[in-house]
Amino acid sequence: MSEPLLEMVGMTKSFPGVLALDEVSLDIRAGEVHALMGENGAGKSTLMKCLFGVYRPDGGRIFLGGEEVSFRSPRDALDHGVAMVHQELEQAKDMSVSDNMWLGRYPRLIGGLPVVNERESHRRTREVLDSLGLNIRGEAKISDLSVGQRQMVEIARAVSFSPRVIVFDEPTSSLSDNEAELLFKIIAALKEKMCGIIYISHKMNEILRISDRVTVMRDGRRIATEDKESLTTDRIIRLMVGRELTERYPKIDTPPTDTLLEVRNLSTEYTGLSDANLTLGRGEILGIAGLEGSGRTELLSALFGLSERSSGEILLDGERIDNRNPTEAMKNGFAYLTEERRVDGIFSILSLTENTTISSLKRHRRLCFISEKGQTRATEDMMRTLRIKAPSAKEKIRSLSGGNQQKVILARWLLTEPRVLLLDEPTRGIDVGAKYDIYLLIKRLASEGCGIIVVSSEMPELIGITHRILVMSAGRVAGELPTAEATQEKIMTLSTKYL
Amino acid sequence: MGDNVSVNDGIFKKILHPLKKRFDDFRQLEPRDKLKRISALILDNAMLIIIVTAIIVIAILRPRFLSVASVINIISLTAARLPIALGIGGAIVLTGTDISAGRAVGLTACISASLLQSSGYLGKMFPNLSPLPPILVLLIVMLVGAVIGLINGFFVAKFKLHPFIVTLSTQLILFGAVLLYLQIGDNGGQTLSGLDRSYIDFVTAPLFKISGIAVPRYILFALIITALMWVIWNKTVFGKNMFAVGSNEAAATVSGVNVFLTIIGVFVLAGALYGVTGFIEGARIASSASYTGQGYESDAIAACVIGGVSFVGGTGKISGIVIGVLLLQIIFVGLNFLSVDQNMLYIIKGLIILLACAVDMRKYLKKR
Repeated sequence: MSEPLLEMVGMTKSFPGVLALDEVSLDIRAGEVHALMGENGAGKSTLMKCLFGVYRPDGGRIFLGGEEVSFRSPRDALDHGVAMVHQELEQAKDMSVSDNMWLGRYPRLIGGLPVVNERESHRRTREVLDSLGLNIRGEAKISDLSVGQRQMVEIARAVSFSPRVIVFDEPTSSLSDNEAELLFKIIAALKEKMCGIIYISHKMNEILRISDRVTVMRDGRRIATEDKESLTTDRIIRLMVGRELTERYPKIDTPPTDTLLEVRNLSTEYTGLSDANLTLGRGEILGIAGLEGSGRTELLSALFGLSERSSGEILLDGERIDNRNPTEAMKNGFAYLTEERRVDGIFSILSLTENTTISSLKRHRRLCFISEKGQTRATEDMMRTLRIKAPSAKEKIRSLSGGNQQKVILARWLLTEPRVLLLDEPTRGIDVGAKYDIYLLIKRLASEGCGIIVVSSEMPELIGITHRILVMSAGRVAGELPTAEATQEKIMTLSTKYL
Repeated sequence: MGDNVSVNDGIFKKILHPLKKRFDDFRQLEPRDKLKRISALILDNAMLIIIVTAIIVIAILRPRFLSVASVINIISLTAARLPIALGIGGAIVLTGTDISAGRAVGLTACISASLLQSSGYLGKMFPNLSPLPPILVLLIVMLVGAVIGLINGFFVAKFKLHPFIVTLSTQLILFGAVLLYLQIGDNGGQTLSGLDRSYIDFVTAPLFKISGIAVPRYILFALIITALMWVIWNKTVFGKNMFAVGSNEAAATVSGVNVFLTIIGVFVLAGALYGVTGFIEGARIASSASYTGQGYESDAIAACVIGGVSFVGGTGKISGIVIGVLLLQIIFVGLNFLSVDQNMLYIIKGLIILLACAVDMRKYLKKR
């Protein structure tokens, strides 16, 4: 076996009251894909932040190619050939792909003069994009790209530095399957060039497919580092969770009853949804599959009154309803968990209590005044029911892990006692334990008679927890499958029907 | 010292114990980290340190600065400026601002004065109008302020214009309106004075006296308004919604908050509060003119920022605003005591705002 290219030894970091990293060691060999796994809050991000100099570790040493290093900032790391592709895209949205690629290191027109050589930067962008097989124009504005394309641009940028070590943080969470395939090709090419790759992901099949070794972390400690050959999904989950998880999905065994919601010929004015029809039974969990941009999110937001409808009608219990805006939709018993938690889900600087009760404030009103006690009680109840891990209800939501934040937003909607629950990627980017909790919750709500629509990019998840799956393609409903008969192949075929 | 602790166990638990723990933590740090900690502590509390130092220096140089008369003067000035600052505070919580506030104060002060000139006064703007009940005039100018706020809020909420642009425009419009208003009748742009006794008394009559120094009634107004605003911010659906919109407008929309009405509400409330400051200033200064209220908005914004209402949005406390206004007035009065040149005051104000904002933003820039 080759010498490690990057080695972290005994990394330790504590925050007030928490030991986030406890003597964690990790080594990456040249030409290896080393998967880093663990539930959210296990310490993966903290470890990476220590590597990149975002946090200063309390203890531990880092060696790159045998030499001890200590990066002061991500920029410093990059200068030493250690790059990171972030899950959270921080791009200049109104600038071009090319600008984003060369920002901070534009090719100059003449010598040292600070004048940008636009032609050269476009040429090099073309070169990078072509070499990776990306079908994106360098002149395109970032804001005109899909989330997946934006992620690919970020990957291209990292690769363009020709790094020795590259860290991917959940790169596929916003990629379509085709884009993910492309990424795996890129990773294979990087391996060829003897680049060391740290790959952080929650997706088991991906990990088992592309990685050489897997390190599992839990509670700030390294639990195991093993060769891929000796691992199975179940074993990884067991290592991550520290207990047996016999089933990945709870058994959905209560059948839906009569029709709760009916949508006829729903089209939107601007968001490209066209002529959608669906029915949802009381107690039914309806899955919506489709590629990124196929109109899944658009369907939910149209139902919730967030986008302008050009035609169609919505019937709840046989009666026509309008849902012209979220307030009206909520009055009709709708609730909507959005896809991008950080963008339109959480109020990051407000407390758990405020985040949990914002949609049901009126319940805590006595005369004109809000009872803070009532708010806190409701929040604490929810924290217990949903097993939200947080020091107290007063805590700011931004200090919670992704899974717990997601639970808080779910709690927000549960408190409105919804009849129709719209969930857009409810388990994206959250850990296995929290996922299972959320599945259980979905199951319970359905058995209580709530109608639930779940949009998800993870087909096993849809097949695991729904009664029926609706597949969308290019803004239209491409077909419908009873979950019992659904396979990933059938879903894929339908999702490309109108492309 | 020891007595205090035994008198109130709560103080020990709440303040001293955590302090001691922090000090113990601190002692275990490396010298380099210690230095960092100290400089961070100083920077985070820069405003407070500067102001406390200023008070001490001024009090040593001019002992009369801390006399009863001077203190009551400072509190009175604070009371007069509180309503406008409480109004602007809401706009800042929404990540906005309101630079039309000062002119709104000017207009409402002029309207208050014109409706309450004494009957016998020669240059009366409305010669045939006998003075109205002051409380009615207060309600009228609050309504005028609310309408101004409605216009501001409507353009911000409906067209998603930045409040800075909207209120920059209304600021100009209001200034024109004040100038035109002062042309009414035979007034010819003159300063409005000769106020009716009922108005002056309503606003400035002594509540009670402390060692012979009268405490004016408008301090009571300010207290009532502060209490009211505290309830609105902390205990109502509207208040909670305001913080939600300021923290994340998109999330607020999805959560079913009526963002449109919330924004309008904040500006209408602010406008009504400008009316209150206008009403108080009309009587307190007793001669209202086109320049009345000029620059009040910058004082109010500065007070909010000093008091921790951040331009990042979604954070702020009523108590912070009260402290901010008070601290700012202490500085202004103190500088007067030191006979600092009036022109110099503007420069100092500007520096204070800049420093306060920079210190505030440090909190959000922190990474490690």
